Amino acid sequence: MKPDRIVDFIYDEVAALDEMRWEDWLALFHEEGRYWMPLEWKQQDPIMQPSLMYEDRLLLTVRVERLAGERTFSQKPKSRCHHLLERPRVLSLGEDDGVCKARTSFIYTETRGDQLERYSGWVSHHLVDVDGALKIKLKRIDLINFDAPFGNLQLFI
Amino acid sequence: MDRYRGNAKAIRDLVKGYAVHRDTYVDKEIFDLEMESLFPNTWVYVGHASQLKNTGDFITSKIGHQPLLISRHRDGEIYVLHNRCPHKGVKIASEACGNTGKFFRCPYHAWSFKTDGSILAIPLKKGYEGTGFDTDAASEGLARVRNVKIYRDFIFARLADNGLSFEDYFGESLSTIDNMIDRSPEGKLEIIAAPIRYMHQCNWKMLVDNQTDTCHPMVAHESSAGTAVSVWEREKHKFTETPMAVQLYAPFMSPYEFYEGAGIRVWPNGHGHTGVSGSIHQDYDDVSEYMTRMEAAYGPERARAILGDVRHNTIYFPNIMVKGPVQILRNFIPLAVDKTLVESFVFRLVGAPDKLYERSLMYNRFINAPTSIVGHDDLEMYERAQEGLRSDGNEWIDLHRLYEADEPRDANEVVNGTSERQMRNQFYAWSKFMTLNMDQSVEAAE
Repeated sequence: MKPDRIVDFIYDEVAALDEMRWEDWLALFHEEGRYWMPLEWKQQDPIMQPSLMYEDRLLLTVRVERLAGERTFSQKPKSRCHHLLERPRVLSLGEDDGVCKARTSFIYTETRGDQLERYSGWVSHHLVDVDGALKIKLKRIDLINFDAPFGNLQLFI
Repeated sequence: MDRYRGNAKAIRDLVKGYAVHRDTYVDKEIFDLEMESLFPNTWVYVGHASQLKNTGDFITSKIGHQPLLISRHRDGEIYVLHNRCPHKGVKIASEACGNTGKFFRCPYHAWSFKTDGSILAIPLKKGYEGTGFDTDAASEGLARVRNVKIYRDFIFARLADNGLSFEDYFGESLSTIDNMIDRSPEGKLEIIAAPIRYMHQCNWKMLVDNQTDTCHPMVAHESSAGTAVSVWEREKHKFTETPMAVQLYAPFMSPYEFYEGAGIRVWPNGHGHTGVSGSIHQDYDDVSEYMTRMEAAYGPERARAILGDVRHNTIYFPNIMVKGPVQILRNFIPLAVDKTLVESFVFRLVGAPDKLYERSLMYNRFINAPTSIVGHDDLEMYERAQEGLRSDGNEWIDLHRLYEADEPRDANEVVNGTSERQMRNQFYAWSKFMTLNMDQSVEAAE
């Protein structure tokens, strides 16, 4: 495994989000992949400590299909998003356990009508190789202000 | 010019029962009067004793705009104090919670206070001798809120000196809090984590109204719960059991008939709840070991009665909602006429299996978080209403659904579950507590 392969994957992943290719994005997740947004600093447990999101593919699919729904009024007009990434720090090439790990600093922007909201933090990827393709086992988003009250955050950081 | 200050009749005229005037949601003077009158005249939830386990533990809270500091003193008692230094008015504690040790110390001039609020020390003490300071209110330290009631660890306070007693104010409505506590085999709840916080650009009463609005879920949440149901129908052949997530989402799509039958109960002073005989919380999977522990604690009959009471949302007027079967308390904190902070707390049932806490945390992030698709649906409606109410096309909000002309104002009744009676009930109480001390103060001034 070369570090560049992990870095390229992460850039390609957010490109799918920024271009609103939701189905392509979902396909990047492993069957048992999880999307996690903690509600505590250096949180250890996604289930027994409160999280903002901890979702499997079924729940992420619900979100994606909701975005396209005829009666999804909070998406009229549709939101758009933009990920600005610092170069990912590759933390593990998975030599021991097959799990590649990277941590990436980001600024994320999401629109809603004329409004524009901005979030900052770090995204951690745990990736595994399945039949020659990298898949997301875990995508974890640590916001710098996870404890602040936000308005609607409807797309995906 | 003030239209409403000191004018109890003008305020009462905003509430017709079958309709309320938009000024209750959009008028800044009305909002200011809510802060000055409504909130101080009512018993407001300010925290839970489990957040103050040890001596020196404190939490901060608010009633209306007034900052409070609640602390555990070395005598074991909880004190509700005004969070304001008697010197220059600086807030003593700025964090949501913490432990202050033996005393509070003002960061500006180092005045220090024991954790019951009394003064411990003031620098350069001699400079106060002979100044009359010792007979001034400032010498008493952090002012105490006099009317405090800790009901089974739930801390409530009333700022106004005069008003209804705690027991008269809540009456039988306390049965929802009782039921939530009784769901612990040890009869004890605890808050062990921060709440989920969610900012709403709308009036706080829109959130309160929505808690007992049983005609919106199948409409507004078609996008979220409806999609969850349709995705599940398509995907369920891949699963061996219904995931907890689907069990939590799916009941939101229950039809009108379900809610009609489930009923709404109203109580005096604006309290009330949905889900009298059944609710969206009734069909969750049993959690293994839980019933065994409940039966051991209460006996089979009482345990069944406790768990069989599946009330949906209970409003404790003015601004909290309690969800007994899921152990969630939502605090609708008014910040401005069109700005509300919602803090949703989960209680852990002491002595119950972890699975219950896991389910409550899941429910909270599914429904009450800024990242919640159900929350997205609701907030969109509130914010559209806040904008729509600017229209001069109609100055009134309609509450006719199942209205009866001779509807009693302070009653204990069960009505059809799609009635807007509880919203009317809240406004009857709103009118009462907005003007409670207004008539007296006008008379005193005359």
